[in-house]
Amino acid sequence: MPDTTNSTVKDQEPTTLDAVAAITPEQRDVPRSLWNDAWHDLRRKPIFYVSSLLILFLIVISLWPSLMTSTSPYACDLGKSQMGPANGHPFGFDTQGCDVYARTIYGARASVAVGIFTTLGVAILGSVLGGLAGFYGGWWDAILSRISDIFFGIPILLGGVVILSVIKGGSITTVVGFMVLLGWPQVARIARGAVITAKQQDYVQAARALGASSSRMLLRHITPNALAPVIVVATINLGMYISLEATLSYLGVGLKPPTVSWGIDISQASTMIRNAPHMLLWPAGALSITVLAFIMLGDAVRDALDPKLR
Amino acid sequence: MGRYVIRRLLQMIPVFVGSTFLIFVMVYALGDPVAALFGERAPDPATAAQIRRDLYLDHPLWQQYTHYMAQIFQGNFGTAFTGQPVLELMGSAWPLTIRLTIVAIIVEAVIGVILGIITGLRRGRSVDTGVLVLTLIVVSIPTFVSGYVLQFLFGVKWGVVNPSVSPAASFDELALPGVVLALVSLAYVTRLTRTSIAENTRADYVRTAVAKGLPRRRVILRHLLRNSLIPVVTFIGTDIGALMGGAIVTERIFNIHGVGYQLYQGILRQNSPTVVGFVTILVIVFLVANLLVDLLYAVLDPRIRYA
Repeated sequence: MPDTTNSTVKDQEPTTLDAVAAITPEQRDVPRSLWNDAWHDLRRKPIFYVSSLLILFLIVISLWPSLMTSTSPYACDLGKSQMGPANGHPFGFDTQGCDVYARTIYGARASVAVGIFTTLGVAILGSVLGGLAGFYGGWWDAILSRISDIFFGIPILLGGVVILSVIKGGSITTVVGFMVLLGWPQVARIARGAVITAKQQDYVQAARALGASSSRMLLRHITPNALAPVIVVATINLGMYISLEATLSYLGVGLKPPTVSWGIDISQASTMIRNAPHMLLWPAGALSITVLAFIMLGDAVRDALDPKLR
Repeated sequence: MGRYVIRRLLQMIPVFVGSTFLIFVMVYALGDPVAALFGERAPDPATAAQIRRDLYLDHPLWQQYTHYMAQIFQGNFGTAFTGQPVLELMGSAWPLTIRLTIVAIIVEAVIGVILGIITGLRRGRSVDTGVLVLTLIVVSIPTFVSGYVLQFLFGVKWGVVNPSVSPAASFDELALPGVVLALVSLAYVTRLTRTSIAENTRADYVRTAVAKGLPRRRVILRHLLRNSLIPVVTFIGTDIGALMGGAIVTERIFNIHGVGYQLYQGILRQNSPTVVGFVTILVIVFLVANLLVDLLYAVLDPRIRYA
């Protein structure tokens, strides 16, 4: 694509100049694809760099928590129960005498894994089912719309508590599976709408007139143009899924020990908040910062991909 | 309008049946209510069979469901395993949760709209950026974290309010729990109002109002705000159901014996009649709230007419 190379060359030029002043009429005429445009927009946002760095850091410590701490989250000494910070243990100890710092570091894994896998599952399942419903219409669309109506009738936290309390899983797989089950209709609705809009565009009609097959129209023409709204919703929801997982774990139906999870630690610390607030504040802070990082990224991606808001 | 309402009501029926059946299957088919009744001990087979017959559990699942629903529409929600009628539990729990939800909605509507107007009119200024960052932070803190932290600060450290709500649960006692419940929605209302206001400031009717020489106050309140509130009202309407579901966390933190609390206890003890009864009512509230929001749309925006 010639326009890609053009725009990247142009993008590098106005480094010393003010960004707005640098746009001359000729540059404005260079056609840029939606993705190029979004990327260009993202690169000028400090919030994008801050959140990306935070997320990168979180992914690294979820993969290799031992980089940050040599203490095991399971090495507990009841004699040190609820003690404050000590040498080598900057966050103090919890009720079981486990190192709060180690547990906070190791807790990142569960949250990040649940967030990313749920988002992937919801995005894939939702966009495939919703996209096909929008493309083919007919009875498949009718059935799918009614099914998603039913799932919408159940508030997600309520459904989660009821279903997970019966299933009694407690592993990351179970929690992700449930969240995908209750989360896909939202993405399916958005994907369906986006596909229906894209289907009516002239270039798709032209492709159809030229004799393109259904699969070619879907893959080459519709998908690239209907993907943006799905990506926006998926990134914004990532943070909300992490928050939901922690809430379910806090209520005792989400993740269960021995999985180290911020939700479980906060739940256990909540009864002792008067005596030892540090047990609650560290995992709670880590959880909030993680959710914030993903929500900030989602916000930046939305601003970049949704030109209407500019 | 009348035909639209009837069509929507008819559409609600399959959704209601589907959602409640899903919950019913989860609670009665995947869990074993009779085993739960006996706890750790294995039940005597004859007794278990008798209980099954009494509770209508010896029939196929779909018959159990229709039987249960028929009972519900006659006002009989069954008996909780503690021997207390579920209806009695509801009578004590619902007023508390309704009061809590009212407090939460007032908080999110009043504060959210005011913040939204301020930021929407000063788009791009430091107040706007500050409030926007603040809303992001508020959205990121899960309710159970903000609940405990605010309870600790206001209830324990500064002693401004009682950390635990008394059984009477008057409105002033519910102020702090209401704020906690509303926080996340408050941030959404702020953002929604801001976007809506900022969009409408460029509208022709606002320019006309300014050109006519109307005072700024009147332009903002009568012309700008009224039109900008349409999406906000619909958000708050759909939020009612979410708030009542979210009360499960808030009520646990502040020890309020409302719907969320009873539901959570029912789930923990596998008290199936309680769980299914409360969830059924919540689903109805959720669906009716959504319907009302759709109808409200037409009232607020005369350009929309339902055939």
